[in-house]
Amino acid sequence: MAILEVKNISKSFDSLKVLKDISFNVDVGEVVAIIGPSGSGKSTLLRCINQLEKADGGEINVDGANMFRTENGKAVYAPSKTLRDIRLKIGLVFQNFNLFPHFSVTQNIIEAPVHVLKQSKAEAKSACNELLKKMGLETKGAAYPCELSGGQQQRVSIARALALKPKILFFDEPTSALDPELTGEILKVIKDLAKEKMTMVIVTHEMAFARDVANHVIFMDDGYIVEEGSPEEVFGNTRNERTKQFLQRFNDR
Amino acid sequence: MTFEEIKKVTQILIEFLPNTLKLFAWTLVLSIPVGVLVTMLKKCRFKPISWLTNLYILIMRGTPLMLQIIAIYYAVPLIIASAAKSGKTGGIYDLLTNLKNNENYMFIALVTAFVLNYAAYFAEIFRGGIEAIPKGQYEAASMLGMTKMQTFFRIILPQVTKRVIPATANEVIVLVKDTSLANVIAYAEITMKAKQQMNLYSSIAPLFIAGAFYFVLNAVVTVAFAVIEKKFDYYK
Ligand SMILES: Nc1ncnc2c1ncn2[C@@H]1O[C@H](COP(=O)(O)OP(=O)(O)OP(=O)(O)O)[C@@H](O)[C@H]1O
Ligand SMILES: [Mg+2]
Repeated sequence: MAILEVKNISKSFDSLKVLKDISFNVDVGEVVAIIGPSGSGKSTLLRCINQLEKADGGEINVDGANMFRTENGKAVYAPSKTLRDIRLKIGLVFQNFNLFPHFSVTQNIIEAPVHVLKQSKAEAKSACNELLKKMGLETKGAAYPCELSGGQQQRVSIARALALKPKILFFDEPTSALDPELTGEILKVIKDLAKEKMTMVIVTHEMAFARDVANHVIFMDDGYIVEEGSPEEVFGNTRNERTKQFLQRFNDR
Repeated sequence: MTFEEIKKVTQILIEFLPNTLKLFAWTLVLSIPVGVLVTMLKKCRFKPISWLTNLYILIMRGTPLMLQIIAIYYAVPLIIASAAKSGKTGGIYDLLTNLKNNENYMFIALVTAFVLNYAAYFAEIFRGGIEAIPKGQYEAASMLGMTKMQTFFRIILPQVTKRVIPATANEVIVLVKDTSLANVIAYAEITMKAKQQMNLYSSIAPLFIAGAFYFVLNAVVTVAFAVIEKKFDYYK
């Protein structure tokens, strides 16, 4: 069952067409990896799905609810109540974490459960402790983000997103801001989530990881999806010339 | 000057110190919230309001506070006089006449001038603080479903506060010294009193004593802000 439907999305910044015609579905429990060269529009696509940018045209449905559709050539967004419901069903992990620096780790994680979902503090804290344990951060609840390593900060930000129990979790290059020796710990967390059948969409430059963890790989170039399929198809039996060149460059490293 | 005379001058200055402190405290307490308001007006999406606010900031920061004090202090009586000459009466003129006859008129005019001036500076400090918060903070809050109000009061404002403390401390230190400008309309604060004593004794010693008063006040302000800054030290 498709929990996310993206149909014919287009998006321009002024005269620059960044997304030209993007369509794909994500099923429950699926892990989708989006790869592609810099500037191909991967972040913009995630930001449109996450309502951080407004798409110009197309249609997006999340968990059966319409987020926006195109009527008479204009994007028509759902009422703000629907948009808010949709927003709470999806989480986004940023490349540079975006933790709240003035909040401790625990405060970062319980902020939304307490102030948005109106859970009791006790309830939110016990859920938070569970998440911290899962992330291997059980001793860090009282620490502030500036006292943590990049890898630890990224794990906190994953915990913060998970605290809202999202149905889909998006990652935009979750390891790109990290020292190479720290990427492993994040990739492991994502792998563990995949084992629990968490639905995820991951933009990444870690080809080996994409191949390893994803059920479905999307290769984007210049605002289009130029190739997609199982990791075996995309990596093992590459058809598109652009994809071949792109992957070649990675293999050469 | 003899030791006795110095003691006497010091006593006189202590007697008038409350006038200096009163002006300082009222200005500080009012100009910070007014400054926040000015920041919001400047960021207003309705452009004419934003432009007018810019003009106000430009004038307040571009002209001497001393001129502003004189202008505001004399504007009210001059408006009343010219209205009387042309036989105009009614609402606003009665209001101004009442204001002028208020026993605290001088103080009200002074605080008005100081607040208008300092709010312009604070507004620019606060704007800088708000604009320095990375966009990612808003985006993270929005991804967590926080409302605009929650985002501003729980995420942005605390971080802005930390960032503006050093610049605010600078402004407050200048304010302590700027209260001396009130002597231009003969407000009985310590600089004006020190000048009188200087003439009385034909000695500049009273000015040194007044200077010591400002120095001590600013030592207190500096320590107070160091304490506040320390309170925000728990994160970077
Ligand atoms: N807010 C914006 N305003 C104008 N142009 C933008 C904006 N955001 C992105 N772009 C442009 O859109 C294009 C696609 O950017 P995007 O960040 O989506 O690429 P990406 O595939 O995520 O690249 P990378 O791998 O480097 O992260 C780029 O040319 C970028 O300069
Ligand atoms: Mg990107």
